[in-house]
Amino acid sequence: MRDHPLVQLTLARMREFYREPEAIFWVFGFPIVLAFALGIAFRNRGPGELRVAVLRGAGDGAVAAVLARAPGLTAAVLDSGEARLQLRTGRVALLVVPGDPVVYRYDSTRTESRLARLEADAVVQRARGRADPARVADQRVTEPGSRYIDFLIPGLLGMNLMGSGLWGVGFSVVQARTKKLLKRFMATPMRRSHYLLSFILSRLVFLFLEVAALVGFGWWVFHVGVRGSFAAVAFITVLGALSFAGLGMLVASRARTIEAVSGLMNLVMLPMWILSGTFFSYARFPDVLHPFVKALPLTALNDALRAVMIDGSRLSELGAPLGIVTAWGVVSFVVALQIFRWR
Amino acid sequence: MTPPIRCAELAKRYADVVAVAGLDLTVNARECFGLLGPNGAGKTTTIEILEGLTAPDQGEVEILGMAWTGGASTRALRERLGIQLQDTQLADKLTVEETVRLFRSFYRASHSVEEVLGLVGLEEKRTAWVGKLSGGQKQRLAVACALVSRPELLFLDEPTTGLDPQSRRQLWDVIGRFRAAGGTVLLTTHYMEEAERLCDRVAIMDHGKIIALGTPRSLIASLGAEHVVEFALADGATRAPNPSELAALPGVRAVRAGLDRTALTVAEVHRAVPALLGLLERRGAELSLLATHHATLEDVFVSLTGRQLRDA
Repeated sequence: MRDHPLVQLTLARMREFYREPEAIFWVFGFPIVLAFALGIAFRNRGPGELRVAVLRGAGDGAVAAVLARAPGLTAAVLDSGEARLQLRTGRVALLVVPGDPVVYRYDSTRTESRLARLEADAVVQRARGRADPARVADQRVTEPGSRYIDFLIPGLLGMNLMGSGLWGVGFSVVQARTKKLLKRFMATPMRRSHYLLSFILSRLVFLFLEVAALVGFGWWVFHVGVRGSFAAVAFITVLGALSFAGLGMLVASRARTIEAVSGLMNLVMLPMWILSGTFFSYARFPDVLHPFVKALPLTALNDALRAVMIDGSRLSELGAPLGIVTAWGVVSFVVALQIFRWR
Repeated sequence: MTPPIRCAELAKRYADVVAVAGLDLTVNARECFGLLGPNGAGKTTTIEILEGLTAPDQGEVEILGMAWTGGASTRALRERLGIQLQDTQLADKLTVEETVRLFRSFYRASHSVEEVLGLVGLEEKRTAWVGKLSGGQKQRLAVACALVSRPELLFLDEPTTGLDPQSRRQLWDVIGRFRAAGGTVLLTTHYMEEAERLCDRVAIMDHGKIIALGTPRSLIASLGAEHVVEFALADGATRAPNPSELAALPGVRAVRAGLDRTALTVAEVHRAVPALLGLLERRGAELSLLATHHATLEDVFVSLTGRQLRDA
């Protein structure tokens, strides 16, 4: 068993990978660093305190005191020039000019400025005696599943499956070809199918670790859960890994140099990094692009992962994206086998 | 008994060069056969056609009585061959043992890892990464990967190129042991000394053709003399004797004027050298170099092509 060529080839693949510290970092470390940095940068902290300015002049002290009562505002009394400068550069959201009428100067296209105006006006009106006729109560919720990090983790998972599939397979194949190792293998009775299968098998072993590391990190640090079943996540990641291994095989099928294959990889991956909704939803692109974007394997994979992890969908509801992922893998693999340069 | 290697009218051309131009060859069982020639003579193309890695444009190849027809019979044939390629770089990050074990797994019958590392003398490097080995050790590992299948026929493409003399001798010993166990070897080299030392028969190749074939001894004997005398003059060509005068000296069979020296192929050194010195003295020419050596395959190549082997 241990001496089966498939086992030995797979072991060789794995050894060459885990003895390369850089590879370990890019596959395991980098996505976690990225998730951590983005999770921190885009955490849900609400709009925070908004700074507003009061124009120096008659009655400025009283207005500033009133504004300070609003829970979301901090007020400062500024001279005219300074106040205009800060308003223009966005360091204050709103400029209040005391008097009758009280004038609010602000940029109505800025969300913060409109918010500041509403809050400021409420306290100003109440200070002049307005009573609120209705009794209200606030209930605040921060629900896991709706945060940016919940959106991000499945996307990073998909992007990582793409990256390690393409690099892991494509780079090793071309390296073996440039070093004439592929030709040397052809001089033995080794079966070609064993060689290609060994890539798939070693990918599956590392896949398990990649997924566990990223999902485990998300859960531990950001409490990103999996709403659907773990079995569904496992199935989708295996399918995604196989599909991208096939694409990697295709990209590497003819290239003779590392430079050539690196260029091809970037050509394949770059559009998907941008279009496939890893870091932001592809809904932001114009509608005409959507059919094209949805046909990309990474888009389909990300959609399927998000459906299971965030919405708790079942596999049976994901026929379309999973079909797209499978089709990419099968077609790539079949074409790669036809055109593969074995020496 | 069928010869292990037989090929006829082999030809192969690449886009702009003819690599092999009509080549017939038979290698007998238990023989060590050498393909010699300068770089670009077509040695590697020839050996790779015989190994079934390159398809010839025309000609027939029969290895161990079988043709390269693809599929199961090709795999069965590969089980019986050991092949070392000229420019394979084995994976740097695998150990010696892991590399041998990998190649071993491709064959049905094979040596154990211990046996084959013993054959090439790499037992102590068993757990070392391939990337950390010296050039000679890497080359012995490449041969180990070729020997692991207990081959009947071993192909070695420039196995000692770029190695220091000691590593070269170690590899010669490996090849000697394989032959002692009854194996047949086809090797290419551009070291004449290596061919004379290892090979029962050699074929000298130039421009894709065999230009001489025989035992090293018979090829050297074909020069008609066993020694080569080389000399050069201190004051250049002005007082140099002309070739016909040199050819007339006793014991001299052939004269070759090179750029910086003249070489005489000589049957009897003890008669030719005093005669040469006498001639030069009469001319008043002063020697800057005088050397004699036993004729080698190198001299055979030079006499056939007019070019030096290494810079041809």
